Amino acid sequence: MALPKPLSILRRTRVLEGEIDEFMDNLSQSALAFKRAVKIFMAEGRSTEFEEKLAQVNRLESRTDDLRRGIERQLYTQTLIPESRGDVLGLLENLDSILNLFQGTLWGFFIEDPDVPEELHGDYEALVEQATSAVEAIVLASRAFFRNISAVGDHMHKVMFYEKEADKVSTKLKRRIFSSDMDLARKCHLRHFVEMIDNIADRSEDVGDRLAIYTIKRRF
Amino acid sequence: MDVATLFFLSSGLFLGWSLGANDAANVFGTAVGSRMIRFTTAATICSVFVILGAVMSGAGAAHTLGRLGAIDTLGGAFMAALAAALAVYLMTKAGLPVSTTQAIVGAIVGWNLFSVTDTDPTTLSTILSTWLICPLLAAIFAVALYKLTRWFLRRVNFHMLRLDAYTRVALVLAGAFGAYSLGANNIANVMGVFVPSSPFKDITLFGAAGLTSVQQLFLLGGLAIAVGVLTYSERVMLTVGGGLLPLSPVAAWVVVMAHSMVLFLFASRGLQGFLLSLDLPTIPLVPVSSSQAVVGAVLGIGLLQGGRTIRWRVVGSVSLGWVFTPVVAGIVCYIGLFFLQNVFGQPV
Repeated sequence: MALPKPLSILRRTRVLEGEIDEFMDNLSQSALAFKRAVKIFMAEGRSTEFEEKLAQVNRLESRTDDLRRGIERQLYTQTLIPESRGDVLGLLENLDSILNLFQGTLWGFFIEDPDVPEELHGDYEALVEQATSAVEAIVLASRAFFRNISAVGDHMHKVMFYEKEADKVSTKLKRRIFSSDMDLARKCHLRHFVEMIDNIADRSEDVGDRLAIYTIKRRF
Repeated sequence: MDVATLFFLSSGLFLGWSLGANDAANVFGTAVGSRMIRFTTAATICSVFVILGAVMSGAGAAHTLGRLGAIDTLGGAFMAALAAALAVYLMTKAGLPVSTTQAIVGAIVGWNLFSVTDTDPTTLSTILSTWLICPLLAAIFAVALYKLTRWFLRRVNFHMLRLDAYTRVALVLAGAFGAYSLGANNIANVMGVFVPSSPFKDITLFGAAGLTSVQQLFLLGGLAIAVGVLTYSERVMLTVGGGLLPLSPVAAWVVVMAHSMVLFLFASRGLQGFLLSLDLPTIPLVPVSSSQAVVGAVLGIGLLQGGRTIRWRVVGSVSLGWVFTPVVAGIVCYIGLFFLQNVFGQPV
């Protein structure tokens, strides 16, 4: 039986809220899976466990794509949040691009199998730690954007902090790579992975900058 | 009713139509303009509640307008309503915001001057003072309601989507209240001048419920307003959003509520009786301008936000409209009455 209009609006809203929450959960889980996958790679190389993590990130990426498309379609077909839907659309697409970076980097590790010297493992893991922390902070800021607009700023400054920390670690790591006696091809290969991981933190900061503007626009 | 009577009433119906076309935007403009509510939903709710307000609560404000100038011939009433409608048309054409209330008051004063009838200074000053009090009161209501709503929303922290859903429901309810208040308060502008010369007779249905001649007149005026809403208000609604100040949907709700409360206050006989019973000063039952109430409410919010986003040029042209409208209506009425009496030989 069809619900009366105000009730059906509230029911639809609740379903959509759940989908946005699931989108954020998936991004957060991808960050955790990515961190774990790089750790495994450093310890065991392309092991079965690493492949399982890669598969997990692939599944999350695919599900998140579906969620994003569904949310965007509903926002436009049901003309929900007409004032903010363009901003929400931009936010979800940018967050989704971070998940794509996780997936792309892990595929890079899987296909190219970089030969990382043991003395650099700690630096790579530290870089991953900073990058995923930036992602965690942007996920919290994005959740606040939907649920508690005044709390967005509480998380936003952390995104900037972790991005700068990631920059410091990546610069240090690149210096170490290029001051070593490895051949140039290997150095360039290792630098490529440093940049891929650092790019995750950079993208989080970009999303943070946009989110700051969306937040100003949404203030009552 | 004969054809001549219907012809004389036509100017009031035209004024009603233009009021519906223009003032429905004050009630539902922001909601429809920002696509929070579909036009068909807004127009249907607006039409139904305007008619209800006009028939059930329209008498109070009409009575005051009658005291300003009891136009006792259909010809005079026809020309007063036509002059007001023409003033509304001319001012709209000139791109100035216009109030039907001010137009009809100007036209009645024009009739008083032509018919050498004294204008009751007490009634006139009451009406003129409400033109200042109305936007001021709307601004005060808007500021209070805005602060209260902001305080509430900061505590409950609704999800953005849930807030959107609640805002839609609230906009529909506020719009219905606004339309009822608009009908109750502004029907006097449309049909008030015809009250002393009403061509209708009281009807009693099933021995109990019935419609007085004035209520029938107001029903007709309410229908004219509803036709204006349904046929022509969509364009006005779609262009009204962000005229003075860009508003969020929640702020738009605050504006509609403040506007509706002011119109209701100036039309409610129940409230007047309640205040009288408590020996408190009463609020005069006067037709006030729906547009002025909205402008007051929007300015109130704008000033609360620091005034930086207010488009003062638009505010200037609004103020200019407030001065010109009654003057233009009065002059048009005076000239029109001269022609009606001396060229067409009609008693005015």
